Amino acid sequence: MSRFASFAKSLPLSGRIGLSLVLFWLAVALVGPAVAPHGVGAFVDQDVFSPVSSAFPLGSDYLGRDVLSRLLWGARYTVFLGAGAALLACLIGTTLALTAAVRGGWVDEVLSRAMDTLISIPSKIFALVMVAAFGSSLALLLTITAITYVPGNYRIARALAVNVVSLDFVTVARARGEGGLHVALREVLPNMIHPLLADFGLRFVFIVLLLSGLSFLGLGVQPPYADLGSLVRENMSGLVDGAPAIVMPALAIATLTVGANLLIDALKPVEKQG
Amino acid sequence: MSAHVAVKDLRITAGGKAIVDGVSFEIERGQVLALIGESGSGKTTIALALMGHSRFGATISGEVRLGETRVDRLDDAGLQALRGRRVAYVAQSAASAFNPSRTIMAQVTEPLLVHRLAGKEEAEARAVDLFRALALPSPETIGARYPHQLSGGQLQRLMAAMALITRPELVILDEPTTALDVTTQVEVLKAFKVAIASVGATAIYVSHDLAVVAQMADSILVLNQGRTREQGAAEQVLHAPADDYTRTLMGAARPHARSAPAVVGKEALLKVEGVHAAYGKVPVLRDISLSLAKGATLGVIGESGSGKSTLARVIAGLLPRSAGSVSLAGEELPKGLEGRSREQFRRVQLVFQNADTALNPVQTVGQALARPLAFYHGLKGAAAEAEVARLLDLIRLPAHLATRNVRQLSGGQKQRVNLARALAARPEVLLCDEVTSALDTVVGAAILELIDELRRELGIATVFISHDISTVRAFCDQVLVLYGGTAVEQADAAAFGRGVHHPYTDLLTDSVPEMRAGWLEQARTRKAVLAGESGDDLCRFLPRCPVAIAGTCNAAPPPLRSGDGLALLCHHELHDLEGMSA
Amino acid sequence: MVGRVSGGAAPRSAISGVLPLIAKRIGSALVTLLLVSAVVFTISGLLPGDAAQETLGQSATPEQVAALRHEMGLDRPALTRYVDWLGGMAQGDPGRSLVANMPVREVISARLPNSLMLAGFTALVSVPLALAIGIASAINRGGRLDRTLNVLTLSAVAVPEFLVATLGVLVFSVKLLWLPSIALVSEDASLWDTLRSCALPVLSLSVVVIAQMARMTRAAVADQLDRPYVEMARLKGVPFRRVVLFHVMPNAVGPIVNAVALSLSYLLGGAIIVETIFNFPGLASLMVNAVTSRDMPLLQACAMIFCAIYLTLVLVADVVAILANPRLRAQ
Repeated sequence: MSRFASFAKSLPLSGRIGLSLVLFWLAVALVGPAVAPHGVGAFVDQDVFSPVSSAFPLGSDYLGRDVLSRLLWGARYTVFLGAGAALLACLIGTTLALTAAVRGGWVDEVLSRAMDTLISIPSKIFALVMVAAFGSSLALLLTITAITYVPGNYRIARALAVNVVSLDFVTVARARGEGGLHVALREVLPNMIHPLLADFGLRFVFIVLLLSGLSFLGLGVQPPYADLGSLVRENMSGLVDGAPAIVMPALAIATLTVGANLLIDALKPVEKQG
Repeated sequence: MSAHVAVKDLRITAGGKAIVDGVSFEIERGQVLALIGESGSGKTTIALALMGHSRFGATISGEVRLGETRVDRLDDAGLQALRGRRVAYVAQSAASAFNPSRTIMAQVTEPLLVHRLAGKEEAEARAVDLFRALALPSPETIGARYPHQLSGGQLQRLMAAMALITRPELVILDEPTTALDVTTQVEVLKAFKVAIASVGATAIYVSHDLAVVAQMADSILVLNQGRTREQGAAEQVLHAPADDYTRTLMGAARPHARSAPAVVGKEALLKVEGVHAAYGKVPVLRDISLSLAKGATLGVIGESGSGKSTLARVIAGLLPRSAGSVSLAGEELPKGLEGRSREQFRRVQLVFQNADTALNPVQTVGQALARPLAFYHGLKGAAAEAEVARLLDLIRLPAHLATRNVRQLSGGQKQRVNLARALAARPEVLLCDEVTSALDTVVGAAILELIDELRRELGIATVFISHDISTVRAFCDQVLVLYGGTAVEQADAAAFGRGVHHPYTDLLTDSVPEMRAGWLEQARTRKAVLAGESGDDLCRFLPRCPVAIAGTCNAAPPPLRSGDGLALLCHHELHDLEGMSA
Repeated sequence: MVGRVSGGAAPRSAISGVLPLIAKRIGSALVTLLLVSAVVFTISGLLPGDAAQETLGQSATPEQVAALRHEMGLDRPALTRYVDWLGGMAQGDPGRSLVANMPVREVISARLPNSLMLAGFTALVSVPLALAIGIASAINRGGRLDRTLNVLTLSAVAVPEFLVATLGVLVFSVKLLWLPSIALVSEDASLWDTLRSCALPVLSLSVVVIAQMARMTRAAVADQLDRPYVEMARLKGVPFRRVVLFHVMPNAVGPIVNAVALSLSYLLGGAIIVETIFNFPGLASLMVNAVTSRDMPLLQACAMIFCAIYLTLVLVADVVAILANPRLRAQ
């Protein structure tokens, strides 16, 4: 725990804020339903779109449900789908990138050309086409958002890997007779872990935004499930009243993504000033 | 009359650490002071402080006087008026110090224009005059070019033009020839010396190379870790050094011939026959043959681009040869990495120039050494640890370094570990690619001694690739001279010492500065006879050869001339060449 | 090496040296577009299963399905279908919209100008602002201004468009009553009304785009400021403003234009959310409708237009970078 404390201390203020926000949402995703005052579908308010009150700390929604409880339940879809898809995207992207960088030659050409093609389809458009074709169950959403961001991770990871591969110690390993797997996993990968972690964070942010966007359009997480984006969508009619039911979930997403972004930025090696 | 430049008790600190600690010196008007030292000695930092500039937020204290001006007391506007006008700077790497997006002329004339010393036309006229004085090709039009269109030597001279164009009082030259090949260095040094003298500027010459300094400096200041070790007239410091550290530097600068000759086997261990290699369609090696016995050392010399590193890569299989054969103890090695057995890999080991990139930065010293032990010899656990300890002892590093991350080592220590990793394989052939070039002279000399000793103890055949002809001459049993991918000369040590050489070898030898004043003035820079002529089958050196024979050299490929322990490619007869190199 | 400047001739004419390079980039972009079309067609046209079965529902007899399959051309080989589809695209006739029951071309041509107008306004607002922020940040590296802008842009890039949009509506439409919350764009609307309608969508789009562009611009300029030639220029006594203007900028143009292109391409995605919120009759909201109603011909056409715009932007940036770089210009 002391290592964690010293790590947190080493961050600049913005990084500490980011870290707290990320940890907060992680905790909410894990234990949210357990601490929620009401059930996720319980109609507890006579009124709809109630303002903030002691009974409903974040107001009530278009059906008179407790917004706080809905948020606490919904966060897990956003956080876990986002993290899962980001992990999947990075695993696929980095594996392909290492293969391309270490094998080189036509393998690299083919993979890079394919990824260049996919990256030329703007991510939201790509996701929309896939949703239209395959639908949007939770498993499909996870896969679709992951695939959407594979090319981005591939591009970063390949650039990193190609850089490392050009270094002499990789040449030495090859001249030693080491196989491709050893070179990729033992010589190259350990030297790209830090930037890869940062990229994972970035993919997470992108995927959370994409997922929320899809849900907001009604193309993402489908009822009976509801992630934070769905909460914004279902309460759109409250916009003209300025109901907290629409602003709060949107703010929740923003705090998560901004927090993650601040944290990633703070982890970057200090830029030399001159 | 007081000195032109006076520095008193200069202290430069960064992050609470003193980079320069109490340095004082004076320079008379028109004199050249050399700042000598290894990396980390603070020599560049001092030079920049004379312009009121520091890197990485370092703070400067102490007195810096130029004429009547206290440079240390100037504000930003004052410094701006001083820089480029009264004090000018020539950087080490002209290739990166020139802006890639602007023409040479725009950059060279800029000091005149920003200080409003001349109009555009006059500035350009002055630039062309300087280009001519610095012996640059086509001085009228070279200004219209962009930096990437010019060679390193040309850029370095253009940088001098940029510095001298305002006729500054003080010129600071920061390792201006370090990045150049020796053959280019001579010409650049000559040009600098003449140009600085014609402007009448006082100069500070920063260098690690004593022989170069001997040509340029009136007085020398020897630095070590930010402190003055010795200071005096050039003649005295170079020939009667008073300080121990200076003596160490001098000792390292002159490679000693090795004490005992190695026990050299009779049979050829490594045999390279008629090897050709190319990067894509660009041929880099043509018809290279050599043979090396157990315990013998072959020195491969050539300038950058000669193909000397490629030769090592081809032998190791990193670059598959396009023709010819490479065999080890009579067994032909496959062209590339594919198909080589683990045993074949083990027997040939490669040591790279830059230990910073040759060691995996996430590993500890122990991990770096243990991998070849496990890979080739299946050593694990305690046996591997014991072997790591033995290897560290072999390269004279303390055993406790095994747990240290490689990034925490000094440059010399890294290069030793780099060497030990190759030795861990128990190789029969060691390919050393410029293993000392990235190191300070003293550290590099120690590495050389170590390699030589290990080679003799372990009977390893060594291919020693270097751009430094004096090192090769001192350490090697055989010498191979590469030019443009062709072996222009091949000789054993005795024959190489007799003084009959290919004209290119002569040029290389003549270009290495000697530690005596006046060498530069005597050094011959002979013009090429048939510049501009070249052909695929013709002598590669023809466009630069000062003794080429018109009608012969540009008509037919050079014949192989061989004599007692010597072979070279030249149209001249061996006995004619003897006279030429004298 | 000495022999490199031999004739001393002036560098070749800039344009002639560059043309082959630019032609190559254009060719490469076209190849990419072709590959993109294959991906889009595969995902939306081949993989989703049998459109005939779906249209008719589970109760249809195999004969009915087979008849419809034939009618829809689904019984032909995949490659033939792709080539036909691509041919239609290339000739500007992507087929019939299943839902609107009219040619896709007509549906799109009613919407595309609106989207281009929205993107144009956003670019007009965001490019100058972003460049100013990015350059100011870079030349004050490490300073308070830089750190503040860094946190601001860092936060802004991670804010979902619908948060900006809803907050915008709450403040400017609900509380202040300045702007309409729904975009009424039609040919009869006056310029003033159109501008007012576009204000909130443009605001929502600009926040993210400006932040992204500013960050990339800062990175591009800061990268150049670290180069040795900048220190050299300072040591020649060149004032800092002149260093930035005459030394750094010529080298930063390529990366900056690239940053602008990439950020603007982000508009394409961002527009999807923003157009939907404001009921803006643009191409992006049309595409969302196509997804909801599984109107594949319309969806494919929209996707291809977006991809073509993206590739054009990147291509333009590439060409500008080539023209700005003497290394590439005069090879």
